[in-house]
Amino acid sequence: MTNAPDRAAEGEAGQQLELRRPAEDGLEIVLSGCWRLDQPLPAREAVERELTAVVRRLTFETAALGTWDSGLLTFLAGVLKACAARGIAVDQGGLPEGVRHLLGMASAVPEQKVSLRAAAAGALPARVGAATLELLRGAPAMLRFLGEITLSFLRLLGARARFRMSDMWLEVEQVGPRALPIVSVISFLVGLILAYLGADQLRLVGAQIFIADLVAIGMVREVGALMTGIIIAGRTGAAFAAQLGTMQVNEEIDAFRTLGISPVDFLVLPRMLALMLMVPLLTLYSGFVGMFAGLLVSVTIFDISLFEYYNETLRALELKHFWVGLSKGTVYGAMVAFAGCLRGMQCGRSAEAVGEAATSAVVTGILLITIAASVMTIVYYQLDI
Amino acid sequence: MNQPSHIAVSNLSMAYGDFVVQSGIDFRVRQGEVFIIMGGNGCGKTTLMRALIGLQRPAAGTVCYDGEDFWRAADEDRERLKRRLGIMFQGGALWSSLTLAENVALPLAEYTDFPPARIAEIVSFKLALVGLAGFEDFYPSELSGGMKKRAGLARAMALDPDILIIDEPSSGLDPLTARRLDDLILELRDSLGTTVIVISHDLASILAIGSDSIYLDADTRTMIATGNPREALRSGDPRVRHFLTRGSE
Repeated sequence: MTNAPDRAAEGEAGQQLELRRPAEDGLEIVLSGCWRLDQPLPAREAVERELTAVVRRLTFETAALGTWDSGLLTFLAGVLKACAARGIAVDQGGLPEGVRHLLGMASAVPEQKVSLRAAAAGALPARVGAATLELLRGAPAMLRFLGEITLSFLRLLGARARFRMSDMWLEVEQVGPRALPIVSVISFLVGLILAYLGADQLRLVGAQIFIADLVAIGMVREVGALMTGIIIAGRTGAAFAAQLGTMQVNEEIDAFRTLGISPVDFLVLPRMLALMLMVPLLTLYSGFVGMFAGLLVSVTIFDISLFEYYNETLRALELKHFWVGLSKGTVYGAMVAFAGCLRGMQCGRSAEAVGEAATSAVVTGILLITIAASVMTIVYYQLDI
Repeated sequence: MNQPSHIAVSNLSMAYGDFVVQSGIDFRVRQGEVFIIMGGNGCGKTTLMRALIGLQRPAAGTVCYDGEDFWRAADEDRERLKRRLGIMFQGGALWSSLTLAENVALPLAEYTDFPPARIAEIVSFKLALVGLAGFEDFYPSELSGGMKKRAGLARAMALDPDILIIDEPSSGLDPLTARRLDDLILELRDSLGTTVIVISHDLASILAIGSDSIYLDADTRTMIATGNPREALRSGDPRVRHFLTRGSE
C-alpha cells in the first residue's frame, strides 16, 4: 500500500516525461515530478507518435515520480487506450501500486457499447415527420384518457368510485376561493374595457345607454366564462399537471395501480369535479364584477344615471344568458381539468418532464377552451338560445 | 498517529426550530481516514451532514476544516472551503437536464480553465472509475437508482477533493457493486490521501471500510464515540453492539 502523498507539497518540480527505447520493440515512459490536475496538459501526442508499428511492449519507470492525482490517471488511461487500439502489450509493473489499482478499477467494468438510446435526431424532413406522427399518436392517447374519465364518472354514479371527499373539498378551496382575487381584478378590467369599447361605438348612434346591454350580456354569456377559463387554465391546470407529474416521478401513480386503485378515480375525478363545480360559480361572479365595472364607468364618465343603467341591465339580462354562461363555465372547467390531468399522467420521470407537462397543460387547456367556445357559440346561435 | 486533526467538530447541535435533532456532537477526523457516521433511521445523520457541508447552519457548536471555523468564516472563505469538499447525495442528486458527462464536467468547467478535450478525458475516466464507462451521453432519468448513485460519486470526485462526504453509499446497490464502491473509497484514500466521511447504516460496508466512527443515538439524541467499527463490534457500548449485530446482542 502506498503512502498517502502530501498534497500540500509546494515548489515541487513540474511534470516531466521522457521516452526511452530499452529494446528494439520496446518503449519506456519515464515519469517524474509532480503530476496533478492543476498542471498544464501532459504531452500525450509525443507518446502517441512514438507508438509506431515496431513497438510491441510498453513499460514505465516512475522512481522520480512526485505527487500525483487524477491528472496522471487520465493521462495514463489515454495512453493505455492508445496501446490497446494498436495491440501493444503494456507492463504496468513500473507504476505505483495505487495508480495500478485505480486504473484497474476504471477498466473493471467494460465500456457500455450497446446504445439503449433512440437514434440521434436526423435531417429536418425526418424530424418534421416524426413530430407529426407524434402529434397524431397523441390523439388516441387523449381519447383513451377521455374514455377512462367517462368510465370513472360512471363508477361515480354507481357510487363505486374510490376517492376521498376531503381531497375534492381541498381542490374546491384551491380552485374557488383562492382564485377570487385574480378573477376579480381581471373581470373588473375586462368589464371596464367592454364599457369603453361600447361607449365609443354607441355614441355614433347616440345610444350610449346600450352600454349596459353590451356589458351585461357580454360578461354573463361569453367573456366571464372565457376569462375565468383562461385564468384557471394558467393557475390550476398547470398546478394539476405539476402535481400529478411529480407523483408520476415518485412512482406514486404506479403505487395506486399496483393496489388496484384507479389513479383516474383517486386523482383525476376529484380535480375534475372541483373544477366543474367551481368554474361556473367563478363565471357567475366574474359576470357580476364585470357589470359593476361597467356601471362605475357609465355613471362616472358617460353620464348615465345609476337607475337607468340598472333598469337597462335588468331588461337585457334574460335567464337564458345565465344558463349559457354557466354551461360554458362548466365545459371550460372540465377542459382545463382534462388537459391538466392528461399532461400530468403522461409526464416523464424527470424534473424537466414536470416542467414540460405544466407548460403543455396550459397550452392544451387554452386550446380546448377556445375550440369549445367556438363550437358552443355556433350551436347556441343555431338553436337561437 | 500524530497528524493534526483535519476536520474538527466541537459540541455541535442541530435543531429544526425548537426541536433538537442531535446535540453534543464532538469528533475529530484525521487526514486519510475513513470516518463513519452511523445510526438508525431518523437519528439525524443527514442533518449532521448538512451542517458539515454548509447547507444548514447548526444551532450551536463549530465545524473546523484545518483549524478554520467553517460557519464563522466570511462568505468567500466558506466558498473556498466548500470547494475542498466533494459531496455525494443519497439519491445521486444529478441535474436531470444534463447528461452524465455534463453533470461531472460542470464542476470542472466552473472551477478550472481546462480545455474541453481535457475535461472530456477526465470525465470519462471518473465515470469509468465508478463503472459507468460509455454512459456519458445518458440522462439521469435513463439510469437505474444504483447507477445514478455511482454517477453522483463520479461528480463528487470530479475535482479530486481533499474530503469526500458520502451519504449512504451502498444502500440500493447490489452487494458486488457496493463492494466495488467500498474498494474505490479505500483506494482513493490510500492513493490520493482523500479523507472520507461516510454516512451509512450498511453494516457490511461500515465494518469493511471504517477506521473511526461515531454512532448517533436516536433516543438520547446525542452521539457515542465508537472508534474503529470492528473493535466496537467486539467490545463497544452495548447500544452500538446492538446496532452492529442487527439486534442479536
